[in-house]
Amino acid sequence: MSLTYDDVIAKYEPVLGLEVHVELNTNSKMFCSCATVFGGEPNTQTCPVCLGMPGALPVVNEKAIESTILIGLALNCSIAPFSRFSRKNYFYPDMPKNFQISQYDEPICVNGYVDVEIETDEGQKTFRVEIERVHMEEDTGKSLHVGGATGRIHGADYSLLDYNRAGIPLVEIVTKIVPGTGRYAPEVAKAYVAELRDILRSLGVSDVRMEQGSLRCDANVSLRLIGATTLGTRSETKNVNSLRSVERAVRGEMIRHAERLNNGDRVVQETRHFQEDTGLTRSGRSKEQAEDYRYFPEPDLVPVAPDAAWIEKLRATLPEQPTLRRKRLQIEWAVPDKEMNAMINADALDIVEATVKLGADPTRARGWWLGEISRIANEKAVAVTELTITPNDVAQIVALVAQGELTDKLARQVVEGVIAGEGSPQQVIDARGLKVVSDESALMAAIERAIAAQPETAEKIRNGHIPAAGALIGAVMKDTKGQADAARVRELLLAHLGQPTT
Amino acid sequence: MITRSAHEMSSAMVSGEITSQELTKKHLERISAVDKEVHAFLHVDTEGAMSQAKAVDDARARGEKLGPLAGVPLALKDVLVQKGIPTTCGSKILEGWRPPYDATVVTRLKNAGVVILGKTNMDEFAMGSSTENSAYGPTHNPWDLSRIPGGSGGGSSASLAAFQAPLAIGTDTGGSIRQPAAVTGTVGVKPTYGGVSRYGLVAFSSSLDQAGPCARTVLDAALLHGVIAGHDPKDATSIDSPVPQVVAAARSGDVKGMKIGVVKELNGDGYQAGVRSRFEESLEHLAKAGAEIVEVSCPNFEYALAAYYLIAPSECSSNLARFDAMRYGLRVGDSDGASAESVMNFTREVGFGREVKRRIILGTYALSSGYFDAYYGSAQKVRTLIMQDFTNAFTKADVLVSPTSPTTAFKIGEKANDPLAMYLNDIATIPVNMAGIGGMSVPNGLAPEDNLPVGFQIMAPAMQDQRMYSVGASLEASLLSQWGAPLLSKIPALAGSK
Repeated sequence: MSLTYDDVIAKYEPVLGLEVHVELNTNSKMFCSCATVFGGEPNTQTCPVCLGMPGALPVVNEKAIESTILIGLALNCSIAPFSRFSRKNYFYPDMPKNFQISQYDEPICVNGYVDVEIETDEGQKTFRVEIERVHMEEDTGKSLHVGGATGRIHGADYSLLDYNRAGIPLVEIVTKIVPGTGRYAPEVAKAYVAELRDILRSLGVSDVRMEQGSLRCDANVSLRLIGATTLGTRSETKNVNSLRSVERAVRGEMIRHAERLNNGDRVVQETRHFQEDTGLTRSGRSKEQAEDYRYFPEPDLVPVAPDAAWIEKLRATLPEQPTLRRKRLQIEWAVPDKEMNAMINADALDIVEATVKLGADPTRARGWWLGEISRIANEKAVAVTELTITPNDVAQIVALVAQGELTDKLARQVVEGVIAGEGSPQQVIDARGLKVVSDESALMAAIERAIAAQPETAEKIRNGHIPAAGALIGAVMKDTKGQADAARVRELLLAHLGQPTT
Repeated sequence: MITRSAHEMSSAMVSGEITSQELTKKHLERISAVDKEVHAFLHVDTEGAMSQAKAVDDARARGEKLGPLAGVPLALKDVLVQKGIPTTCGSKILEGWRPPYDATVVTRLKNAGVVILGKTNMDEFAMGSSTENSAYGPTHNPWDLSRIPGGSGGGSSASLAAFQAPLAIGTDTGGSIRQPAAVTGTVGVKPTYGGVSRYGLVAFSSSLDQAGPCARTVLDAALLHGVIAGHDPKDATSIDSPVPQVVAAARSGDVKGMKIGVVKELNGDGYQAGVRSRFEESLEHLAKAGAEIVEVSCPNFEYALAAYYLIAPSECSSNLARFDAMRYGLRVGDSDGASAESVMNFTREVGFGREVKRRIILGTYALSSGYFDAYYGSAQKVRTLIMQDFTNAFTKADVLVSPTSPTTAFKIGEKANDPLAMYLNDIATIPVNMAGIGGMSVPNGLAPEDNLPVGFQIMAPAMQDQRMYSVGASLEASLLSQWGAPLLSKIPALAGSK
C-alpha cells in the first residue's frame, strides 16, 4: 500500500541538499578560445585544448572568473582571496583528458545564502537556504548511446561523442544541508532553484535554460524521524530538468524513502535518475563504495587570486535583486499578493513583464498568461514559456480586444490558434474568419429571429424582467457563431424591447 | 662542416660558404650513414627539412634580416608536437598519431628559420635515464655503442655527439637534458621553470617538465635558448618577464668575483672516482678564472629523490589518463561487442611499457584517498624544504655546482631490471626541477678509468639563467685551451662514417 504525502510528513523530517550546475554564457570556453554556442554541428567547436590532445594546456578564462565572483556576491558569499583548481580523476569517454579540472578544497566563493519565500498554510513564509560553496569547473562532452534498452553506455551498440560541450565553463552552487522545511520541502527546493535562476538571469551570466541543460539541478534528499538529530541516508537525484520536476522529484523521493523505511528497508546511498513521464526516479550508479577521484592541485594552472579592488568593483555592478524587483513590479502593476504568487509559481513574471513592455495593460497581460495560456500549458504538461505563443502575440491580442476587433471569446480562439502553430494573431484571425460581427442590421436580424423563437421570454423582458435577457443574448451569440460583441447585443436587444440599457 | 658549432655554421651561411639546403643535406646524409648504429631518430622529415632550408635560403637571397640560427638544422625530442609529423613520445600508444598543431617551441623554431630534421628517440614519455625504455628500441652512445646515451633525451644528446645535428631540443623533468648531455660530452640546459613554454610538450610531470636547448657549445645553447624562451599566453605557468641575457653571458664567459658554491651533499660516496677528479679539476679552472669557490650545504637534498618519485608519478598517472584509445593513437581489442572500458584496458595494457605502468600505478596509489597526505602531501613539503635549501645556499653563492651524474655512461641492459639503481642517476639533477630553478651540464673531460665523458652541473636561481652561461662558457674556454681541441674531437669514428 503506498503512502500518502501526509503520512510521510507526519512521521519524518526531510533534509534537502541542492547542487546546481550552471553553464556560463561566456563567448569562449573555460580553458580555451573555442565558441560556446548551443546546438552547433557535433565536434565543430573544439581545439587541441578542449579535446585534451597531448601537449595542450589550459588557460583560465578571465570572464568566467568574473561571472563566478558576481554569482558569489549575489549569493552573499565571501570571495576567497586565493583559490585553486584541482584535477578530478576518473575515466569516461566523454571526458577528453580523463580528468575534469574543477575546484575542490579551495573554492572561489564560500558561505552565502539565498532567502526564498513560499506560500504556506500560515501565509507567506521565508526560508533561508545556506550556500556552502560556489566553484568553477569545466563541462564534459556529451555521449549519445545508440541501441540497448536503457540509453546508457552499458548495453549500447555504439556511442557517439560530441565534444562541443567539453570545456564549457560550469559553476556549481552547493547548498549546506537544508533542514526545517517540513512539509514544504518540495516547494522550498523549487523556490530555491527558481530564485537562483532569477538571480543568475539578472546577472546576465547564464542562459539558465533548464530544458537545454544550461541550468541543472541535483536534488539530495534524506529523511529522519521527526526529532532525530542524525541525518538519514540520502539519495541524489539527477536529470531534473524543470522547476516543476524539482518539486516532483523531491516529493517522489520523500515518499519512496518513507516507504522503504516503513518496510524496514535501508535507503541506498546512490545516484538516481528522474523520469519526466512518471515523476519517479530510477536507480543509477551506487555511491556506497565512495569513488576515489584522486584530487590534486592542477599543476598546469596558477592559483586564482582576485584582488580586493576588483571584487569591490564587481560588487558595485550587481543588478537589482529579483526579490526587490518582484516587490517593485507588484506595486507598479497593482497586483494582490495571491495573484503575484500565482504568477511567480507559474514562472510567468518575465513573460508578463515582457508583454507589458510591449504596451499591454498589466492586468490583461497577466490574465492571458495565467488564464487561458496556462490552462493550455497544463493540458500539454509543459511550461508556458515552452509554448509557441510570445509576449508580442499576447500584446497584439490585448490591443485587438481593446480596439473592439476581438471579443474575449474570439481572442481565446486566436490564442488557441497561435499555440496550435497557425501563425501570428492576425494570420489566425484571417484564416479562421474570426471577426466581430459589427454590422448592426445583421445583429438586428439575429435578434428578431431569437424573439420569434422564444416569444414568452421576450414578453417577460418587455414586462421588466431583465435577467431573462441572458437566454436571448445566448441565442444571438449562437446564431452569430460567437462573433458578435455580447455587450452590444444586449444593448440592442433591451432597446428593441423598450427597456433601459444600463 | 658538420663537426662545426651551430654558430660557425650560421657564419658560413652568412658568408656564402654554404647554403642551408647544402648544410641540411649534409646532415640528412650523415643521419642515413650512422643512424643504423646510433638510433637517435624515430622519424626523419627529409622533405620538410629541405623545404624549410629552401625557405631560409630564399629569404637570405631576398636580403631579409634573419635570426642567428636561421638555416641551422636541429633535432627535436619526440615529446614535442609538430603539426603533421608523427609524435610518439617513444610509446606504442601514440603510434601513428600526427598532431594537428605545433608546440610553441616548434613555432618559435620555425619562425627563427631553424630547420627541423626530425624527431629523436627517448625513454617512453620521458620516464627513464637511459633511453632503453623507448618502445622503438634503445639509442646507443656514440662514444661506445654498447653504452646508454643517458635519458630520457638520449636521442637528442646522441644526435649531437654523432654529428647528426648541431642543435637539439630536450625536455628535463628530473635530469633528462642534463644527464644525457653529461654522458655524451655535450651541453644541455634546463631553463628556469616557466622560462620556455610547455604548450605542445606532452606532459609527464607538469610541475617539473621544462624544455631546453642541447648543443655542442655553451654559446650554441645560449643562441637556441634565446630562440625558444619567452612568455607564452598559452601556458599559464609561463613567466611573463624578459628572457635572461643568456647570449651575452655565454659570449663574455666572465666569472671574476663570482661566488661558486659546491653543494656538499652532491659529491662523495656513490660518485665515480673519475667524475670526482674531473669535478675538482673544473673547480680549479674556475678559481683560476677569478671565481671564489665556497662550500654550501643543502641538507634536505637527500629526500629529493624520494619526493620526486611521488610527485612525478602522481602527476603522470593523471597526465597519461588521456591515452585511452577513444580519440587518437593505438586502439586494441575493438572487436564486436567490446565495451569502451575493455578497449581502454587492452589498449593501455599493450600500449604502455613497464616503466610507464610502474609509475602510473605508483602515482595512482600516492594520490588515493587515505594516502594522499602521507605521500603526495609530504612530498610537496619536501619540495618546499628543497626550495628553502636553495634559497639559503644562494645567499652564500651566485651559482651552485656539482657533478651532473654520479657515473659515466653504463652498459645497455646493465640497470634495466633495477629501477632504483636507474633512479639514482638523477640524484644530482632532481633538486633543480623540484625547485623550478635553472640547471646546466657542461662537458668537463673524460673519466680516466673508462675514457667516457663527464659532466659539470651549474645551478642558478630562478630567472638568473645567464649566470649558468657565464660559468659554463668560462669553464669551456679553460678546458679548450687545456685540451687544444673540443672534447668531441676525441670521439671514436662510427662505422657508417668511414
